[in-house]
Amino acid sequence: MSEPLLEIRDLKTHFATDNGIVRAVDGVDITIRRGETVGVVGESGCGKTVTAMSVLKLIAMPPGRIVDGQILWQGRDLIPLEADELDDIRAKDIAMVFQEPMTSLNPVYTIGEQIAEGLRRHEKLSRRAALERTVEMLRLVQIANAEKRVHDYPHQFSGGMRQRVMIAMALSCSPKLLIADEPTTALDVTIQAQILELLADMKARFGMAVMLITHAMGVVAETAQRVVVMYAGRVIEEAPVDELFANPRHPYTQGLIRSIPHIDRAATTKKRLEAIPGVVPRLIDPAPGCRFAPRCRFAMPACRLATPALRDVGGGHKVACILETGGLPQ
Amino acid sequence: MSTPLLSVRNLTKQFDIGSGFLLRNDAVVHAVDGVSFSIPPGETLGLVGESGSGKSTTGRCILRLVEPTAGEIWFQGRNVSALDARAFRALCRDMQIIFQDPFASLNPRMTVGTIIGEALTIHKLAPSKEAFTDRVVELLETVGLQADHMHRYPHEFSGGQRQRIGIARALAVEPKLIICDEPVSALDVSIQAQVINLLEDLQGKLGLTYLFIAHDLSVVEHISHRVAVMYLGRIVELASARDLYVTPLHPYTEALLSAVPVTDPKARRKRIVLQGEVPSPIHPPSGCHFHTRCPIRQLPLCAREAPPLKETASGHFVACHLRS
Amino acid sequence: MVGSIPASATAELSAAPRSKAKQFSPWLDAWRRFRRHRLALVSTVVLSAIVLSVLFMPFVWSVPINEIDFTARLKGPSPAHPFGTDDLGQDLLSRMLYGGRISLAVAFAAMVVAIVVGTIIGAIAGMSRGWVGPALMWLTDLFLSLPPLPLLLLVIYLFRDSLKSVFGPEGGVFILIVLVVGGLRWMPAARLVRAQFLSLREKEFVEAARALGASRLRQVIRHILPNALGPVIVAATVDVAAAIIAESTLSFLGLGFPPDIPSWGRILFDAKDYLDIAPHWAMFPGVAIFLTVLSISFIGDGLRDALDPRKVM
Repeated sequence: MSEPLLEIRDLKTHFATDNGIVRAVDGVDITIRRGETVGVVGESGCGKTVTAMSVLKLIAMPPGRIVDGQILWQGRDLIPLEADELDDIRAKDIAMVFQEPMTSLNPVYTIGEQIAEGLRRHEKLSRRAALERTVEMLRLVQIANAEKRVHDYPHQFSGGMRQRVMIAMALSCSPKLLIADEPTTALDVTIQAQILELLADMKARFGMAVMLITHAMGVVAETAQRVVVMYAGRVIEEAPVDELFANPRHPYTQGLIRSIPHIDRAATTKKRLEAIPGVVPRLIDPAPGCRFAPRCRFAMPACRLATPALRDVGGGHKVACILETGGLPQ
Repeated sequence: MSTPLLSVRNLTKQFDIGSGFLLRNDAVVHAVDGVSFSIPPGETLGLVGESGSGKSTTGRCILRLVEPTAGEIWFQGRNVSALDARAFRALCRDMQIIFQDPFASLNPRMTVGTIIGEALTIHKLAPSKEAFTDRVVELLETVGLQADHMHRYPHEFSGGQRQRIGIARALAVEPKLIICDEPVSALDVSIQAQVINLLEDLQGKLGLTYLFIAHDLSVVEHISHRVAVMYLGRIVELASARDLYVTPLHPYTEALLSAVPVTDPKARRKRIVLQGEVPSPIHPPSGCHFHTRCPIRQLPLCAREAPPLKETASGHFVACHLRS
Repeated sequence: MVGSIPASATAELSAAPRSKAKQFSPWLDAWRRFRRHRLALVSTVVLSAIVLSVLFMPFVWSVPINEIDFTARLKGPSPAHPFGTDDLGQDLLSRMLYGGRISLAVAFAAMVVAIVVGTIIGAIAGMSRGWVGPALMWLTDLFLSLPPLPLLLLVIYLFRDSLKSVFGPEGGVFILIVLVVGGLRWMPAARLVRAQFLSLREKEFVEAARALGASRLRQVIRHILPNALGPVIVAATVDVAAAIIAESTLSFLGLGFPPDIPSWGRILFDAKDYLDIAPHWAMFPGVAIFLTVLSISFIGDGLRDALDPRKVM
């Protein structure tokens, strides 16, 4: 096993709102090793995006605040860093691709200018060299006619094309880690297939690690090597991808996998979907104990006493459920 | 097959864009281009396609939320596209719609009770205040909400609950047909299943007929009896959900099926990645609209002539020069 | 900022406390947010104090507005005349109170005219799909391009006397000023309402109402208008402030109310020749106009934040 590139330890990011403190991320541990693709799945409000944003301190502060924890980048804690030190790590070491390719590009600059800007600042390239490199990057992400299109403005690109541009921009400084936050959610299925293909291709070429944040189980299943499942601000299960889908241990993961319609099974045996009852719990003053307990069909009194810790149950499969780890936690 | 409840013939919708008071611009968006299908009572017809395929416009044309440019819509043996606005409003009681966005589809300034009961007020279906309240409570309970929710405002509810409110609103007039326009796409996975199950239960209990519009092939496959695949305003394939999955005929359907990411490694198909993007519906390609991206061998005919939707096996229709 | 924490925002929504007996309608919610706007809250208190004293103080302070006392000309504030007196020895406090009634009445009436006209024109333009909308917007632009002050003067010269003869000097001038000020300020409201209508009429909840068979009038009154009202209310506060200033300007130019009917602007106009000997005379109406306009503007700011649709949705 290679050395950890990014280690998120007991991260807590909270938001002050009118109604109280929202514990969006409340004790998250995620490790990403060199060259590895880790999928982070969960429903909206589970804290997956906030976790990613916290890594680069891209959350609005206030109302947001990193209350506790460490974010170790190759052993160095990013949380106490000043803005300019962080700037250097952003883009150069860690790059990010967002969900909305429409809004992540500045409409008044050509895409060439936007990609070149990062190259000139971080790689100290000349204007000429930066432009050449930009064209090369656009070619890499399979934008036809790259030397012409480099002078086009974002609105002249379609959604899928813009996402390609975003990927080109993110990869232009050869980062060691790419954080992709729902990179295909806004796209059509066939375009999603193209972008996933492109990401796999880029990974093979550059060898960077990828943190893929998504709500789509199918997307993680096809792209990630390891999967982290989040629920209500905490990691509840983590396992190698095949292990997770073949043998999910946490009741929430099981429910999630069973609640999605499987196209393969739907056609042959029409079965009723197993929905998880109830709604995502409130993150303001959450009740003690396992946060999934109110919706869990196996919940017992002990579940409501203390938050279960994430424990290894063998083979790198970690789960935070006292049914699986046995006994009372902590 | 029994007489269809709804039958759409050659439905066409073109939007003029950019034509102003003085500025004349003759750009036309060919949103729906000669679509025909029918739905027998009690069935769910799925309508899938990517953005720009015209699936939502088709649904809106049926309810005349958008006036169709051409074509006929027959509902319960009547040509509803010929009715005037007043006669059509009366008919609205038999056709309803559920929307995609659970946040935009409910008026934020009305209580849930008023929203659900609005149809009762419009069509004067509640003789008294008590009857109104009773009916609203009944509807709330039908969709799995509670009676005391009627005095609350939409913003107090989660996405899934709002979608239930939208369903209750549609059910108020006891419709026969409900057009479900992406009703679960905006919801979380675990909530999606709740709403899909609710829609299935209601169909069983009330004998509803659905036109289920969605971009998510797995959801459509799950809920539909038959599925129609749309590409750039035209139906390219129409078959039973099973046939479509097991023996897709149109190359676009194949590509679409192969692009759906699945969790089971054994169920994975060889992925056909289509080149390029869906062309603009302002200038759709000549002939078969798909010929510019088609991965299989092409005939000169493909670029020249639009293939008609032909029945190849019983109930399996495909519009392809090569596969029919 | 809102966009960067979507996850937590939705989570909070889905977890909105159900057990609370307290009810939150959108308007109540807006009031909650308004209360947090400190300056707007203070302004509300100030404006209420001004309105209440103008309405009820004359019952307590019953010195007639036209009691001439040449022995007490141009006196500064004293127990007998808390706001001092003018060149005829008339009590300024009672003239200020009376004038406040007129100034505020003119302002509110003009605002109502502007908002009603603006809303109707904006609504028609926003609902029409044919040539009516663009035509109405042309009309709006036409009115916006007219220079207001010369037009105001022209209209007043043309119609003052005929209106005076029908409604009496006071009523005639009142109606004239209200119509002129209101009639020249409806355009921003019309544009605002039209823009709101254009976006709201395509909203899914309006489509849903249409699918249920709601008539156009019902769609407008039940669904579109209530959701378009927030910005209009904010615009209304701006209009009140503008109308107070317009009335003062007219009176200051000697074109408003006659000298025997005091309004704040009129008092200021009369005081301008005595600024050096009796500065209090100009100060009181000046401060009254200043405080009223300022507090209305702050209230408008507070309402803008409180009624922001992004926060309501």
